[in-house]
Amino acid sequence: MRQDHLVAAGQLSRADVEGLLDRAAEFDAALAEGGGAALPARYPETVLALCFYEPSTRTKMSFETAMKRLGGRVVDMGSVDASSVSKGESLADTVRVIEGYADGLVLRHPREGAAKMAAEFVDVPVVNAGDGAGQHPSQTLLDLYTIREAAGLDDLTIGIVGDLKYGRTVHSLATALTEFDARMHFVSPESLQLPRSVRFDLHESGAQVREHTDLDEVLPELDVLYVTRIQRERFPDEDEYQKVAGEFKIDSDTLDAARDDLTVMHPLPRVDEIAPEIDDTDHAHYFEQAHNGVPVRMALLDQLLSNHE
Amino acid sequence: MSDHELRISKIRDGTVLDHLPGGSALHVLAMLGIDGSEGTGVSVAMNVPSGRLGGKDVVKIEERELSQAEVDVLSLIAPRATVNIVREYDVTEKKRVERPESVRGVLACPNSSCITNAGEPVETRFDVLDDGVRCGYCEEIIREGIADHLDVA
Repeated sequence: MRQDHLVAAGQLSRADVEGLLDRAAEFDAALAEGGGAALPARYPETVLALCFYEPSTRTKMSFETAMKRLGGRVVDMGSVDASSVSKGESLADTVRVIEGYADGLVLRHPREGAAKMAAEFVDVPVVNAGDGAGQHPSQTLLDLYTIREAAGLDDLTIGIVGDLKYGRTVHSLATALTEFDARMHFVSPESLQLPRSVRFDLHESGAQVREHTDLDEVLPELDVLYVTRIQRERFPDEDEYQKVAGEFKIDSDTLDAARDDLTVMHPLPRVDEIAPEIDDTDHAHYFEQAHNGVPVRMALLDQLLSNHE
Repeated sequence: MSDHELRISKIRDGTVLDHLPGGSALHVLAMLGIDGSEGTGVSVAMNVPSGRLGGKDVVKIEERELSQAEVDVLSLIAPRATVNIVREYDVTEKKRVERPESVRGVLACPNSSCITNAGEPVETRFDVLDDGVRCGYCEEIIREGIADHLDVA
C-alpha cells in the first residue's frame, strides 16, 4: 500500500489488504508471545493525535494501544465540549493546528467526508476512524482479518444484517469485499437498505449481491453472519427508529438453521442484537474481532507512518 | 430568419448558447455565474419552438467568450447545447459540450450530513457519472434534478 492516508475502503486493493493482514498477523503473534514486550519500539519519537468528535471506546483505545505497542505516544483532543471545537473552530483549522503537534491523525467525525476533507488540509497521515454514516475502513481491516482467520476470504458467503443504510462498517466492508471472491447477502428492513452510493460501487464492481428482508431465507448458506446495531443516534426521527428497533435478534433458536461452523461477528457495541447465550458458543467471534483491532491497527499505522517517512 | 433570431438580435462579440433544454436558461446563467451585474448585455429566449428539442432556450452573452471548462459544466443540465463564439457578428468558433470528469464549486451536496454543508472552507467537488454526479466527499449520488442543486452565488 503506497497511500498517505486511509479515508475509504475503496482505496484498498486485494494486495493492500493481504499485505496489511499478513503484517497484522506478525504483530498478533508477537503480542501473543510477549504481550508487547517482544516488540521493538519501532516509532519511539512518533506522536499520534486522536481526534474523536463522536464517542468511541474500541476504536479509540485500540488505536492508542496500537501506537503505544509500536513504541510511540498519543495526544488526545479529548471531548468536543472540552476543545476549541466548542468555540466554533472549523475542522479544517483544527487539523491544521494538530498537524503541528503530531505525526499522524486519527479522526472520527459525525459528518460524511470529514476525513477526506481533513486529508486535503494536512501532510501527516490521516486515518478515517468513522465519518458519520459514511466509511470506517480500519474497522474493515480488522473485520477482514477476523473473517480470514475464521473462514478464509475466498469462496466466502457472508450475510450482513441490520442497519445497512447508516452502518458505516457495512459500507466499508461491502466495498472491500468486492476485491475478494465473496457472495454478499444483505438483510435489513426495507427502510434501512444500502444507500445508493454503496449499491453503485457494488454494481460497478460486478459483485455477487442479493438483498433480503428475512434472514431465514439465507442463513443456512452462510459462512459468516455480520450483525450490526440499529443506530438510534443516526435516525432523524425517533418514530422511524421504533418501527425497526429489535427487528433482527440473533439467539440460539435463530442459529438452529445455521451451519455448525457459522462465524458470527459484530463491530460492537451491541444492544440486544445478539443474545448473551451465543457468547460461549463456537459461533461467537465478536470479542476476538474487537481484540484484533490492536494488531491490525498496528499494521496500518506502521504502513502509513513508514510511507510518510 | 428563424423565430429565435427575430426575438433576439445578433450580438457583435460574445457567446451564443443554443439548444438549451426549455426552461433551463436561468439555471445555465446561474451555473456560469452570470447575473447581469457585469454590466454587459445578456439576452434570454425561453421555450422557443425547436424541431430537435420541442422547446429550447437560447442565451446570448455579449462581450464574453466562454472557456471550454465553462462550456463543459453545461453538460450537467444541457448536454445537447451548442456554443458559438461570435466576433464582429460572425461565428468564429463552435464549441462542443463534453462531459468533464468532475465539476468544482457548481453544485451543493443534497446530503445534509456531508462535510461540505458544515461551513468548512472547502469547495464542493462532484465526479461526473454516465447518468448523474457523485459528491467527491460523502459520495452521495444525484441522478435527477441536478439543476435543483446548483450552488452559485
